[in-house]
This record gives sequence, C-alpha cells and structure tokens, in this order.
Amino acid sequence: MHPYLFLAVFGLAAVSFALAPLAIAWLWAWRFSPRKPGAVKNANYECGLDAQPTGWVQFKFEYYLYGIIFLIFDVETIFLLPFAAAFKGLSVAACLAMLLFILLLAEGLAWAWARGVLVFK
Amino acid sequence: MEELYNWGRKNSLWPLQFGLACCAIEMIAASMARFDMARFGAEVFRPSPRQADLMIVSGTITKKMAPQVVRLFNQMPEPKYVIAMGSCAISGGPFRDGYNVLQGIDLYLPVDIYIPGCPPRPEALLEGLMHLQQKIARQRLTGPERPRHLDEKAPGEFPVPDFGPHDLVGPRLNKDA
Repeated sequence: MHPYLFLAVFGLAAVSFALAPLAIAWLWAWRFSPRKPGAVKNANYECGLDAQPTGWVQFKFEYYLYGIIFLIFDVETIFLLPFAAAFKGLSVAACLAMLLFILLLAEGLAWAWARGVLVFK
Repeated sequence: MEELYNWGRKNSLWPLQFGLACCAIEMIAASMARFDMARFGAEVFRPSPRQADLMIVSGTITKKMAPQVVRLFNQMPEPKYVIAMGSCAISGGPFRDGYNVLQGIDLYLPVDIYIPGCPPRPEALLEGLMHLQQKIARQRLTGPERPRHLDEKAPGEFPVPDFGPHDLVGPRLNKDA
C-alpha cells in the first residue's frame, strides 16, 4: 500500500463532500423546479433601480502615477533592506542586478519628478 | 421527501432586508433579542434580493417606491413569498386617499400573508411568519395544486409599473383589488 494513499482517499472524500450537495441540488432543480430566468431577474444591478448609464464609459487611469511612486518608495524599501543586510556577501553580478533594479525605479522617480507629480498644490 | 423539502424551506426563510416605514421598526424589533425571529429560522435578513426568499413589505408604499419594490421581488430567486405587513402595505392604510400612496402592494405582487395593524406588533409579525410556515408546509411538490415556483407556466416575474407623470403606469396584477 502506498504511504500517500490515505491522502488521495481523504482528498476524494473532501471533493465529493463538496460536490454531492451541489449535485443533489442540481438534480432536484432538474426534476422539480423549472428555471425561470427573466430580464429583470438577470439584471446585474440589484438595488431596485434600473442602472442608468451604460457600463461602457472611459475610465481615467491616473492611478498609475500613485502606483509608480508607491513602488519606488515602498516596495523598493522592502528590497533594499535584505540587499543592505547581505551586501558584504554578494557577488558582483548580484550587486549589478540590484543596482539595475534601483536604477529602474530611480528612473521612474526622475520621470515623475520631471512631470511635476511630486508637487502637491 | 415533500415533507423534508417543506420542513427545510419553512425553517430557513431568509427575509429581504428593507423597510419602508414605521412597520420596519417593528420588523427590526421582531428580529432582535426580545422577540427573536431567529427562533423561526428567519433572522438572516439578506441585503441582496439574490439571497432572500421572503419579502416583508413593511410600511407605506409610495408610488415612487412601488417600481423598486416590484423589481426587487422579481430579482429574488424562487421559491419566494410576500408578507404584507401593516395596513399600509395591505391597502394604503390611513394614507389610502393620498395622491402618492399605493393602495396595497397586492396590486402588483402576489401577497401570501396579510398582517393587519398600524403598525402590527412584533408578535403579530411572528404570528404571520408562523402562518406562512404552515402555508409552506402544506404546499405540494407535484400535481395541479403545486405552488407557483414549481409550475412551469406560472410567471417568475411580475410586471414592474412605471412611475408616470401622474400615476403608476403599467398592468396591474390584481385589477379589482
């Protein structure tokens, strides 16, 4: 007997435990309860009002600026800490790779600076 | 099997969480600790019609609100039930002759239980709930007596009235009500 057989049995039991009620519900609906879809019932908005404008509108994607600056000031810090801690033991290649990473982010900072994103009015 | 089905349904009625007027306060009281609607399995007020199967129309239905109420009922999955709570939901109550008040939700929805009162006390709502449970327990699974949600030809949606310039426009469910 394979030592991991009980895991397979356990997994099978877990999946069937989840699927059996769904199967019973589906069988029940198929046997007794007819489907009754409708335009109002299938509407995707459910507060009682009709959705007024269409969903096909232009979204303003200015959030990407915040995304870039967040990446520079927050995510970079997370990577800088292990970089600084392991700095003495690093190979030249690893050091260069890390510097390239920092350069990429610094470039983003310079770009944001030049665009005037950092100025809060 | 029918008994098991009905037993499960009648003891897990999930009302739609919405209140229209002062009756809603009594409905809230009925669901809270003192009157404790949880004893009847009906404490899980759902904020979405997709998850609810009981609509407690609790209060005055203005003509502006009526289309929304009907639309919410249409969005509830079958089997679904309606309790008209209070004289306003039954007939318009003291505001029956008002220019902006619907004279009973049964003009547009198939009401199962009427609970009179202005407002009905929580005990009355619980009594109505128990009557609804008895009604569910009596429903047949097959045959000509079977309820709406098991009948293929019975409508699943009810006509939503339009809020016109003077009055609600659109077909009524119950013309002589």
